[in-house]
Amino acid sequence: MTEKLSTAAPGATLPGTGMPSTTAAPGPGAEGRQPPSNSPRRLLEVKDLKVTFPQHGGAVTAVRGVNYHVDEGEFLGIVGESGSGKSVSSLAVMGLLPSSAKVEGDILFEGKSLLGRSDKDMSRLRGDGISIIFQDPLSALTPVYTIGTQIAEALQLHNKGLSRLAANTRAVELLKVVGIPNPERRAQSFPHEFSGGMRQRAMIAIAIANNPRLIIADEPTTALDVTIQAQILEVLQKAKELTGAAVVLITHDLGVVAGNADRIAVMYAGRIVETGTVEEVFHKPSMPYTIGLLRSMPNLATAGHSRLVPLEGRPPLLSNLAPGCPFAPRCPVAIDACRTSEPPLTAIAGDPLNASACLRVAEIAGGVLDRRHLYPVPEPVAAAERAEVEPAKVLEVDRLQRHFPLTKGSVFKHSIGTVRAVDGVSFDIRSGQTLGLVGESGCGKSTTIMEILELARPQAGMVRINGTDVSTLSGRERKALRRDISVVFQDPMASLDPRLPVQDLVAEPLTVHGISARERLEKVRNVLDLVGLDPSMASRYPHEFSGGQRQRIGIARALVTDPKIVVLDEPVSALDVSIQAGVINLLQDLQEKLGLSYLFVAHDLAVVRQIADDVAVMYLGRIVESGPAQDIFDNPRHPYTRALLSAVPVPDPALERSRNRIILEGDLPSPTDDITGCNFRTRCPLFQLMDAAGQDRCLNQDPEPRPVGPGMVACHHAEHIELMGAAAGSRPGPAVGHQAGPEGP
Amino acid sequence: MSLLDELPGADTDTAGAETPQSAKPVSRSRLVFSRLRGMPRFWVGVVGLGAIALWAIFGLVPNAWNYTDLDIYNMGSSPSRLHWFGTSDIGEDIYAQTIVGLRKSLIIGLLVGPLAAIVAGIVGAVAGYLGGWWDRVIVWFIDLLLVLPSLFLFILLSPIFKSLSWVALIFLLAGFGWMIMARVIRAQTRSLRERDFIKAARFMGVDTWTIIRRHILPNVSSLLIIDATLGVGGAILSETTLSFFGFGIQAPDVSLGTLLAAGQSAAATRPWLFIFPAAILVFTVLSASLIGDALRDAVDPTSGANRD
Repeated sequence: MTEKLSTAAPGATLPGTGMPSTTAAPGPGAEGRQPPSNSPRRLLEVKDLKVTFPQHGGAVTAVRGVNYHVDEGEFLGIVGESGSGKSVSSLAVMGLLPSSAKVEGDILFEGKSLLGRSDKDMSRLRGDGISIIFQDPLSALTPVYTIGTQIAEALQLHNKGLSRLAANTRAVELLKVVGIPNPERRAQSFPHEFSGGMRQRAMIAIAIANNPRLIIADEPTTALDVTIQAQILEVLQKAKELTGAAVVLITHDLGVVAGNADRIAVMYAGRIVETGTVEEVFHKPSMPYTIGLLRSMPNLATAGHSRLVPLEGRPPLLSNLAPGCPFAPRCPVAIDACRTSEPPLTAIAGDPLNASACLRVAEIAGGVLDRRHLYPVPEPVAAAERAEVEPAKVLEVDRLQRHFPLTKGSVFKHSIGTVRAVDGVSFDIRSGQTLGLVGESGCGKSTTIMEILELARPQAGMVRINGTDVSTLSGRERKALRRDISVVFQDPMASLDPRLPVQDLVAEPLTVHGISARERLEKVRNVLDLVGLDPSMASRYPHEFSGGQRQRIGIARALVTDPKIVVLDEPVSALDVSIQAGVINLLQDLQEKLGLSYLFVAHDLAVVRQIADDVAVMYLGRIVESGPAQDIFDNPRHPYTRALLSAVPVPDPALERSRNRIILEGDLPSPTDDITGCNFRTRCPLFQLMDAAGQDRCLNQDPEPRPVGPGMVACHHAEHIELMGAAAGSRPGPAVGHQAGPEGP
Repeated sequence: MSLLDELPGADTDTAGAETPQSAKPVSRSRLVFSRLRGMPRFWVGVVGLGAIALWAIFGLVPNAWNYTDLDIYNMGSSPSRLHWFGTSDIGEDIYAQTIVGLRKSLIIGLLVGPLAAIVAGIVGAVAGYLGGWWDRVIVWFIDLLLVLPSLFLFILLSPIFKSLSWVALIFLLAGFGWMIMARVIRAQTRSLRERDFIKAARFMGVDTWTIIRRHILPNVSSLLIIDATLGVGGAILSETTLSFFGFGIQAPDVSLGTLLAAGQSAAATRPWLFIFPAAILVFTVLSASLIGDALRDAVDPTSGANRD
């Protein structure tokens, strides 16, 4: 086994050719696979799968008749929003559903049914037949055993003859395969000592330990940052090539499947509504839902030039589905027949692999209904309604600093280090403009905005709002200033007090400023109307609203005091893809109408591209690059920005496959680490390309932001950034396994 | 696992259905009350407790005997037309005694339970929200009270309380019944403090006391209401214990506690001495719990959906 793994050359099969890779894969375990033939063998076949969860007040059918198959060595992507049944259907394949769930239909794995098998039988199959990678690797790993032990356990379970020593050796080898630096030492680590990305690598190591024939990855990268996501997807591709396994990737992110999958299936309301090869689905979608989803996603390739097209409404509740097509209420081209009978999955142009569940599929595929004009593009705000804005700096942040002392001991506390959460951040926002503050988790962007919102004297540096230095404010002035700056949080459910009805929630900022109850009520109705909510819903509680509506309530609350600056802390990242577009459009319209300035904090670069005028990229408490959005996205001059942009998956398979991807090595260093010189040099691809003198500067000299082109860049070698593109182009498919990144804390 | 997220929340539309669909925004208290009205439990509890209270107030009117009267011709008799609940060994009318005892126990229970919960809520929320030195001092004080055996203190303080009226007993019982709940509330508040909606309120400029009153206390109200309801029964039981040892309600006064204490030795032989006061006690506590339960579901709109 060991030899087989290490001799299989990475890149032996070309990812994305759609061909089965069994020819290049090492032989499977003892069970013996059929010799490779021209026609790919069906590995998994799901036939008319129905999953019902009995609940009080009626059963909920989460999966309503799903058919799909996976061939050997194939990469199938299953895409859907939350509640579409994508995870439930794959858990059914693994036999991991709760025992109360009722499963109908049939699941065939290598021609044998998986339903009705005993748990013992299934356990034998899990691991060397089918293995699964979960979304949250922390809860999927046992916290009390070392990573090495857990991998060895997976090995020994399926191979009783394997000695403990051999299993441990193999575990180290597997960790090396998935790109964990220092595998011998890291095998002795516990899960909490690993970063999120490393844990997910360890999960992949466990999943491929027994050379499975099918790997199910359930949102494997959702909890991770983009640069880590790019690493993990590479590892997954590599794992697939090494084991020759077929992969089912379940995700809500169309971008993730575009570059990786061969075929995709789009799920909606418990059914597959469209399936086909990646090219077919992305370039010639024929189900209005898919078309709408693709148009509503902010996308790095198109964002910023055109308005997003929102997909109105919300997915239906599976507990009480109306007859007819479940998408009909949101569909712009629904006809009467759509509301009476649910359309079956029908093949498009006679190709059984490319099918769509729409009555008007022929019209869409034939071009009678134009895909591009299926959804009405929302009108921009009329010129008459636009607010006049005087160009003035409304928010200035200068060398803002926030360090947290790291202390040890409970009685006698002594400092053992400093966490440099925010380490000299400067930016300013002009009225009516949006600054996008981007960075991965842990880069200090949340701390930055919390420091600004406190309106207190910062540890070091200065915050000015409307030209007033906040550290000079008296208590009363500070309170008055709070009218001018408001915040919208990421999770609309957490930021709205569940015990208060919407009217009280939205009116709350007004109560601070002593406004009469009648005026408050009046104002609340106006502002609810402004964000597109019915003012008559004001007496309801937040939990009665959908995610998108809740975020509108949060926006209404932020706007009720007529602020000048709105701080948006990841305002759409907790929302489903199809709902994001509506909220982003609303934010854009409000900015135009009210002349607001936004500080838009996000990790999703496509969203920032869509909405921001200026962008500041943060890394480890510093801004590494800032400037006009157009310029930064088209021509990034800092190596980190460049890597970040290249890591964002684009929902366009052709583009995605032709891109040169810069994979950053390792994880974000801990902010407690003392890195001399440039703090990005430990992961910097440009650093490695520089000559000794250039590297010396990076090692010893902390780069100050300096003007390069239209923006500011904190890099000594910003002028040589093109070296990186050339280097990335010369080596397609970076070797993931040979990384020497810094180690986690 | 993500399985739960995958299931569409059924709570959203069920809750939407029971909310009044009026064009005019209604106040929060009206919403809570309209939700309360839809719960049979609430009505059972209210009717039960109302009946008990009415009976406690007017129950003596049709009875021929006063609670201090001694019927020397019918000592230790079983329930009859003359003595509805029977009489004790010295000829006291149990019916009259039960009603008078009930009055006292009801007053003590209904005051002590909520009083202790209010103290627990305020102290816990203040300690948890303010943190720092406030928190340390308050927790230290709570711990101090917890380690002192309260019965011992009751006994120490009883000479003072005997000279005062039985009303002092209410404050004594409340003063020693809030500490555990205050610690629970404090822990709850500390996690609430990190929630976005509290941060949002802070960034709006809402002052500390308003945040505690408007956001923290309502969000811990489920706990407080349960605590207050259980406190009613608990206070009656504490009062029973004290009275049994002679430190609670004093001789001329009676409470359900003294009655139970007096009747429990005869529970097997002359059950009417014990059963009637005990049944009344159970009925009272049950009614109070039903109201508390219904109130919790009405105040916390998510608790009903999350149960079971």
